[in-house]
Amino acid sequence: MEWETVIGLEIHVQLSTQSKIFSGASTAFGAAPNTQACAVDLAMPGTLPVANEEAFRFAVMFGLAMNAEIGKRSVFERKNYFYPDLPKGYQTTQLQEPIVGPGVIEVELAGGQTKSVRLHHAHLEEDAGKSLHEDYQGMSGIDLNRAGTPLIEIVSEPDMRSAEEAVAYLKKIHSIITYLGISDGEMSQGSMRCDANVSVRLKGDEKLGTRCEIKNINSFKFVEKAINIEAERQIDLIEDGGKVTQETRLFDAEKSETRPMRSKEVANDYRYFPCPDLLPVVLDDEYIEAIRGTLPELPDAKRDRFVNEYGLSKYDAAVLTSERITADYFESVAKASGEAKLAANWVMVDLAAFLNKSETSMTDCPVAAEQLAGLIKRIKDGTISGKIAKQVFEAMTRGDGDADTIIEKQGLKQVSDTGAIEKMVDDVLANNQAQVDNYKNADENKRPKMLGFFVGQIMKTSKGQANPQAVNEILLKKLSEQ
Amino acid sequence: MHTKTIAELISGLRNKDFSSSELTQHFLDRIAAKDERYNSYISVTRDIALAQAQAADERLATGDAPPLCGVPIAHKDIFCTQGVRTSCGSKMLDNFIAPYDATIVDNYQRAGAVMLGKTNMDEFAMGSSNETSYYGPVKNPWNINCVPGGSSGGSAAAVAALLAPGATASDTGGSIRQPAALCGLTGIKPTYGRVSRYGMIAFASSLDQAGVLTRSAEDAAIMLNVMASFDDKDSTCVDQPLEDYTAGLTDDLTGLTVGVPDEYFGEGLNPKTAEVVQAAIKTYESLGATIKPISLPHTHLAVPAYYVIAPAECSANLSRFDGVRYGHRCEDPKDLADMYKRSRGEGFGDEVKRRILVGTYALSAGYYDAYYNKAQQVRRLIKQDFVDAFADVDVILGPTSPNPTFEFGSKGDDPVAMYLEDIYTIATNLAGLPGLSIPCGLVDGKPVGLQLIGNYFAEGKLLNVAHQFQQATDFHQQLPPETA
Amino acid sequence: MAVDQSDIEKLAELARLQISHEAAAETAQSISQVLELVDQLQAADTRNVSPMAHPLDALQRLRPDTVTETDQRESLQAMAPATEDGLYLVPRVIE
Repeated sequence: MEWETVIGLEIHVQLSTQSKIFSGASTAFGAAPNTQACAVDLAMPGTLPVANEEAFRFAVMFGLAMNAEIGKRSVFERKNYFYPDLPKGYQTTQLQEPIVGPGVIEVELAGGQTKSVRLHHAHLEEDAGKSLHEDYQGMSGIDLNRAGTPLIEIVSEPDMRSAEEAVAYLKKIHSIITYLGISDGEMSQGSMRCDANVSVRLKGDEKLGTRCEIKNINSFKFVEKAINIEAERQIDLIEDGGKVTQETRLFDAEKSETRPMRSKEVANDYRYFPCPDLLPVVLDDEYIEAIRGTLPELPDAKRDRFVNEYGLSKYDAAVLTSERITADYFESVAKASGEAKLAANWVMVDLAAFLNKSETSMTDCPVAAEQLAGLIKRIKDGTISGKIAKQVFEAMTRGDGDADTIIEKQGLKQVSDTGAIEKMVDDVLANNQAQVDNYKNADENKRPKMLGFFVGQIMKTSKGQANPQAVNEILLKKLSEQ
Repeated sequence: MHTKTIAELISGLRNKDFSSSELTQHFLDRIAAKDERYNSYISVTRDIALAQAQAADERLATGDAPPLCGVPIAHKDIFCTQGVRTSCGSKMLDNFIAPYDATIVDNYQRAGAVMLGKTNMDEFAMGSSNETSYYGPVKNPWNINCVPGGSSGGSAAAVAALLAPGATASDTGGSIRQPAALCGLTGIKPTYGRVSRYGMIAFASSLDQAGVLTRSAEDAAIMLNVMASFDDKDSTCVDQPLEDYTAGLTDDLTGLTVGVPDEYFGEGLNPKTAEVVQAAIKTYESLGATIKPISLPHTHLAVPAYYVIAPAECSANLSRFDGVRYGHRCEDPKDLADMYKRSRGEGFGDEVKRRILVGTYALSAGYYDAYYNKAQQVRRLIKQDFVDAFADVDVILGPTSPNPTFEFGSKGDDPVAMYLEDIYTIATNLAGLPGLSIPCGLVDGKPVGLQLIGNYFAEGKLLNVAHQFQQATDFHQQLPPETA
Repeated sequence: MAVDQSDIEKLAELARLQISHEAAAETAQSISQVLELVDQLQAADTRNVSPMAHPLDALQRLRPDTVTETDQRESLQAMAPATEDGLYLVPRVIE
């Protein structure tokens, strides 16, 4: 039997407004508990919400970037449930009339394929606070600083068929929101959170299987893992003659499992109704078009431009543009060095490897774009070889300064002085008479391979600084003279 | 001093006939001596009152005195008052010291008014008799065996018993007008959105509106001038130019068209009340008004629609009272669910719980369309009745309440009998229109209220129509026998 | 619509209200009376009538995105039933 996994994602994105969606309290991350929870956020009796214009502007930007319909009339509703991190006992959200309607985006998969994922809708809502489970006299502590932070919840159709597709879609959303600058998208800080609706069915079946909602997935890596684990669980269950129950499950990364959430065991009835403290928000075409005019270049457009302007392959361009910060970095390096292809290689290979290995984010990249461009210029003008360049780059990551300083300080400048190289060649040939004889007696077609030995010896003598081209020329000349 | 109207107190203070400190002390003494009988105050803010009075006297001395400078008033305990217990008549908030002032409290403070205290009320403003207060029922000064009406019964009793010259109140389905009627006062509920709701503890957000209880239409105009404001902290507050409600009080009523809805004089109306109201209609005719019979055909659906919408909104509005951040928390909760259920079970009284449960039911899966959505559709029909009527008339007139005051406990166990006491007042809340009640006579020694309903933002016209009636009659000057 | 004791117990669970079994029976009776009143709505002809959530059919004003609130934790937590280290304490929360 061949199984197919069907996945839909609900992505919560914190919008990077200064103040909360319904109050004037700050949304800054990391403040002392409850110091950013004002009377409105705490649901003090008599307090009332007033909606933040910037949250709407951001949501409209997102909708436009997703090629989605914009809800010209949107209505906040109350979703009623009790939880200590939800001060009002209801979450103010949108249901019937959300700010962003249906849309569709193209997602790039590995191997150059693309996939269309339909957006069901996206709505504005308020975030809840946090429950801290450390032991406070056997109780939980509640921090409401996060309560009221604006969120857009982005709900996809169940269009994805594998964990890889889900991750690619999530990355695409991440890319769009960070390009727009409407969120920092930091999954580790909870600025972007993902719930996955997962079901399985036999390949070819029309009908969707019973789905489970997996919560608490807080990294790209875990999205893939959680979906695969859940799909396997469901398949095993069905193959053993069981049935999947529709439920909310928690992903436990440490135990590599999903398990039912106890707090969601009792079926809830959210009793949505329009919030009487807030009025319908109506946006006109002029407002929406003005926002359209402010949209930055988005990942797809940037990718196509990189292909045209810098002659990159579509795949390389897609990799470079998946994050705005990387795209901007690459473009600075390309412009400053005048060497787009070298710049692309260095950003995608050496820099990426370094960031990955040192677990550094692009935001904290220790090598400035100008520095990398300086390095590339020195490769291009022959001051250093590609091999030495890697050494210089490593020094740069340690903060040793720009390329010229490092080359100077460490004496890494390539030796192109013919006299010096000739001396090195003579020494090597004199010290390896046996190999020289072998070379001379060998067939013409075996010689190039044997040449490597001499080049290696010479480069060793020069500590890698001899200009390889000059070494080759002089070596050939000397060998023919022997 | 306690028999003077607010208008008279303002001129007395400015003429230095008495100081605000003397006036305030006088009222505090009266409250201390007499309120045990009426139970109209939950909290008396003696120290604050005397300090505010002293500050008012200083301002009066400099001649730079804002409109209500030195005039003592009482606030319904539904309005948040910084540093002062704000209980909303509930055990749930018995220990709640508001951390901020409601916008209207701030408005009165800036206008120089002196706060005497916080008045008793039905718990969370849910009631028509003041019997649901955690702090015990308020007695009607006209007959202490009878109810003062509700939910603003404490404000009404305090003003009727001359324990405050005027008081703030709130009206979700008649909570200003019905106590005004039952206690022989003038009470106005402005257009929805005319007065800020910020800091007024919500019962039903789309119906709640603050207003005032006074002893004359002129006093109501003076108080409403201060209360009404645009407030950007309340999304439902309307940015409409403010007007001086005293400016048009003396306008002649010649040419005024008064609509009298058939439906307000049908079955259920006490015949003696009907008689008194008919006499008031004659008075208006004599003042030059044209009386025009009209129909508000959906009137009978107002109470049913209200008892879906108000409980639905209240069921969510009262979810914040969960014992986590403020308010009552039960002793030794065994777990989270136990904390919620016992804190709320102990903190809320029966009527509040009943309405939360009705609202929960009306919004629950499978019933939303049949109840909540249907009620909101009917609400539009009710509003349309008024819109159609106001095409032909300037104001609408009828009884405020089907009966005068009644004895405690006389409505028995049937909540619906009590709900029907608001049959004439509820429709204006559903439509968001301004409504006013003025005394128009007595039945068996009990006051009867005449209700006037105006078009949107026509508070000035309503107060003018009320004031002209009070110039021609003296019902509003009659005092409860024991205070006279 | 009439409701019975068990309906009331379900509603009380949703609304997090402690209600005794006996009280639930009484409440069921009084709420059934209210629902009987409310059921008069069903007779109304509301075809093509849009629901009215707000009396004035007004629209939302939007607030500029500025931080206007400062830290008031001390005064706001002054009347909290239980706090520690600036946190509100509640019986253990289970996920």
